[in-house]
Amino acid sequence: MAYIIQGETGDWEIVIGLEVHAQVISKAKLFSGAATEFGAEPNTQVSFVDAAMPGMLPVINEICVEQAVRTGLGLRAKINLTSVFARKNYFYADLPQGYQISQFDQPIVGEGELILDLPDGSTRTVGIERLHLEQDAGKSIHDMHPSKSFIDLNRSGVALMEIVSKPDLRSPEEAGLYLTKLRSILRYLGTCDGNMQEGSMRCDANVSVRPVGATELRTRCEIKNVNSIRFVQQAIEYEARRHIDVYESGGTIRQETRLFDSGKCETRSMRSKEHAHDYRYFPDPDLLPLVIEQSFVDGIEAGLPELPDDKKARFMAEYGLNAYDAGVLVAERISADFFETVAKGRDAKIACNWVMGDFFAALNATGKTIENPPVSAADLGALIDLIKDGTLSGRLAKDVFALMVETGKAPAVLVEEKGLRQVTDTGAIEAAIDAVIAANPDKVQQVRDGKTTLLGWFVGQVMKSTQGKANPAMVNEMLSKKVLG
Amino acid sequence: MTNLTNLTLAEARDKLAKGEFTAVELTQAHLKAMEAKRALNAFIIETPELALEEAKASDLRRQAGTAGAMDGLPIGIKDLFCTKGVQTTAASHILEGFKPQYESTVSGKLKQAGAVSLGKLNLDEFAMGSSNKTSYFGAVENPWKRTSDPKAKLVPGGSSGGSAAAVAARMVMAATGTDTGGSIRQPAAFCGITGIKPTYGRCSRWGVVAFASSLDQAGPMARSVRDCAIMLGAMAGFDPKDSTSVNMAAPDFEKALTGDIRGLKVGIPREYRPDGLSDEVTQVWERGIEWLKAAGATPVEISLPHTKYALATYYIIAPAECSSNLARYDGLRYGLRVPGKTLDEMYAKTRAAGFGAEVRRRILVGTYVLSAGYYDAYYAKAQKVRRLIAEDFRKAFETVDVILTPTAPTAAFGLDETNDDPVTMWLNDVFTIPTSMAGLPGLSLPAGLSADGLPLGLQLIGRPFDEETVFKVAGVMESAANFTAVPEGV
Repeated sequence: MAYIIQGETGDWEIVIGLEVHAQVISKAKLFSGAATEFGAEPNTQVSFVDAAMPGMLPVINEICVEQAVRTGLGLRAKINLTSVFARKNYFYADLPQGYQISQFDQPIVGEGELILDLPDGSTRTVGIERLHLEQDAGKSIHDMHPSKSFIDLNRSGVALMEIVSKPDLRSPEEAGLYLTKLRSILRYLGTCDGNMQEGSMRCDANVSVRPVGATELRTRCEIKNVNSIRFVQQAIEYEARRHIDVYESGGTIRQETRLFDSGKCETRSMRSKEHAHDYRYFPDPDLLPLVIEQSFVDGIEAGLPELPDDKKARFMAEYGLNAYDAGVLVAERISADFFETVAKGRDAKIACNWVMGDFFAALNATGKTIENPPVSAADLGALIDLIKDGTLSGRLAKDVFALMVETGKAPAVLVEEKGLRQVTDTGAIEAAIDAVIAANPDKVQQVRDGKTTLLGWFVGQVMKSTQGKANPAMVNEMLSKKVLG
Repeated sequence: MTNLTNLTLAEARDKLAKGEFTAVELTQAHLKAMEAKRALNAFIIETPELALEEAKASDLRRQAGTAGAMDGLPIGIKDLFCTKGVQTTAASHILEGFKPQYESTVSGKLKQAGAVSLGKLNLDEFAMGSSNKTSYFGAVENPWKRTSDPKAKLVPGGSSGGSAAAVAARMVMAATGTDTGGSIRQPAAFCGITGIKPTYGRCSRWGVVAFASSLDQAGPMARSVRDCAIMLGAMAGFDPKDSTSVNMAAPDFEKALTGDIRGLKVGIPREYRPDGLSDEVTQVWERGIEWLKAAGATPVEISLPHTKYALATYYIIAPAECSSNLARYDGLRYGLRVPGKTLDEMYAKTRAAGFGAEVRRRILVGTYVLSAGYYDAYYAKAQKVRRLIAEDFRKAFETVDVILTPTAPTAAFGLDETNDDPVTMWLNDVFTIPTSMAGLPGLSLPAGLSADGLPLGLQLIGRPFDEETVFKVAGVMESAANFTAVPEGV
């Protein structure tokens, strides 16, 4: 369903391209041996290279190259065996070298693609323009002194992958799906933890609008450093509306960099193109072109894990899941693994219903994460087994599950402790049925007169009198026979 | 003991080994010379106490039988090499007082080999200059004088002017230099000593204050070809901390000095005869060709057609790289800071006060040539021409083994001969720059005196990583030249 904004002069569509800065998972920085731990004391993870002391030189960290290639392969992208590091020159207090080592016209990864999983189960392919490696800057802290700024260089030199999409996204929702999917792939690959709060994944959004049906691209604005998916969507929505308002009142949009104010939910100008930096890119003479072997790429490819798209396809084929369920389960590798543990040797659809239903609800209710779940996959599987072997009815199983969440105990233990075993003893069920029939002769008559819907009421009464333990199927069958003869 | 300062490195090394004197005695003799010649302003800082400590330690190593290749030999370190705990300035106000917490790879290797450093030698600010007049710590004076006007002070050349003057004046036995476009070879020529810029990648740049990263290369400056070979052996080698250093073991350069150059072909480039080249320089060059012929080598005229573009190309690439390399001197983390009301104002004030005129000029030129809209016309084009220059040499080396040229178009000029035109000053490096652009080894050795009694140098250029042939030919030329003249007061 196309996302259309109705303006006063007609319908508009949004054109969005996203630039994501993903911090590479590696123990050391891109060009120095300094550590990369988040949250360390300020300026404790800084080498002479990171502080740009005189005469210091960068040396590429091979792990970061490997991670970039791995990510490129995960995005089904072209891997460039020769790439070049360039200097992006600008002055800022948290940029010690006075330039950022980045890649300009020869990035390590070229064009690729990413598949969006839409809520209706369909998919849409978005182009990836490129991925390149670059250094992060340090951090300026402006609120610790009335007139001075503090600089923390811990982050200076940490490896980032800048992943640039083509301008293929058409709605805030798609932008959100893109980020969710990208984060999912990065986490599967183990190349970025995708944590937007800690800033290890940051997003710049390039937004423009055009009348529906138009094919040319209009002037775009870049909204910098938005730190949550929700904010990215809000920023895009605001920015698109702003463009339309400007166009419809006869104005023009200037190409500029804007900031998103999440408090006011609006974007505002940071610097215009006229004040844009001239970065004076040129190949970094301290570094030779980065040349990697095809065998290096092949080795990484051979070690790639099963990625979300493939896993989703397999879940649909192997387990007969629908696209939506499969998409939800594979979004995180750990939830996919959880599901597979539960489903192994059991009915996959029942397993899926339990994981997607009661289990996810329990995660929400308890505020726990799947890494530290309230009920283990093994216990959930055991619970399903108890249903299958008749120990528990579906209804009893829900009660047992609730107790499992509450106590953390295994289902078999709870069944014993609480005596929740399903009653399948014909005599006991018959006695319960007889008691209910005897107490309600008028209702029996009504059923016999044709009001068969009342049978359900009888079932309820029997279940009630057996504290829910009677096997519902047996109750149904025996009741019908007894009442209707 | 005064003759201790006249020894070559090789001689002193052998005599120390024989126990004819101690490292402490040798060091003291040089410290005395350093004091006596202080007026030359060759040192930015002297470190006599450290030197004596190192000399004592050297004598102990020798007793213990663990002496290194340069043990106990007094040298000076160009103040572009970071030295742990010892002020390193690059001759710039912006780094005044800066004491690195680390030692450059090259100076560290020299220490490792046992060399004794007497201090940090003066240079052109950030190694930008050909006269040593751009140093914030004052110009260096060449120990040589014109016979016609012995009172006139002359420049030692640059940028390694302090190194050249200190070696020539016998204050140190040898010194480190760095060469970006001629900064070892031109001052060596002006001061009548020998210096080699090795192949780019031969010596680590780690810990050397960067000027133009794709050109900067450290090398030795000494009073004989053999001394340069010994010292380069101690300086060279792969360094994993420098991505442009080449993973190749340094050969025993001294072994290359066989004296036998029979059958070698020596290229004589026809493009190295620009208008205004002095007759004296031409004559020395021709004499050099004769020496080589007499030793059994064959001169071959060659063409290096892109030579005429080298200077212009260099003055795009080197400033471009410097404009970026020097961005880190921003007043924030070390060195000079001039406060300002805003960050930008602090940058502007700090850099205006911290950098001298020549450095500012090159930063401006470099910033300009990298700017949007100019990059292709200047920097990108210069890189293309640079490849053509390298290609000229590659082709030439298909037929010749080594190339012989003058080192500089003139002898040393006067310190007070003020020259307002920076481009004329840049012409000093016209013969040395092409070699730098191609990353080739180039050695300058003294080949004779001008009519006015000043040294004139010849340059030998070799194939990449073939310093051995350069040394071999230089050794033969050195014997033939028999350059025994010494500067005033030696």
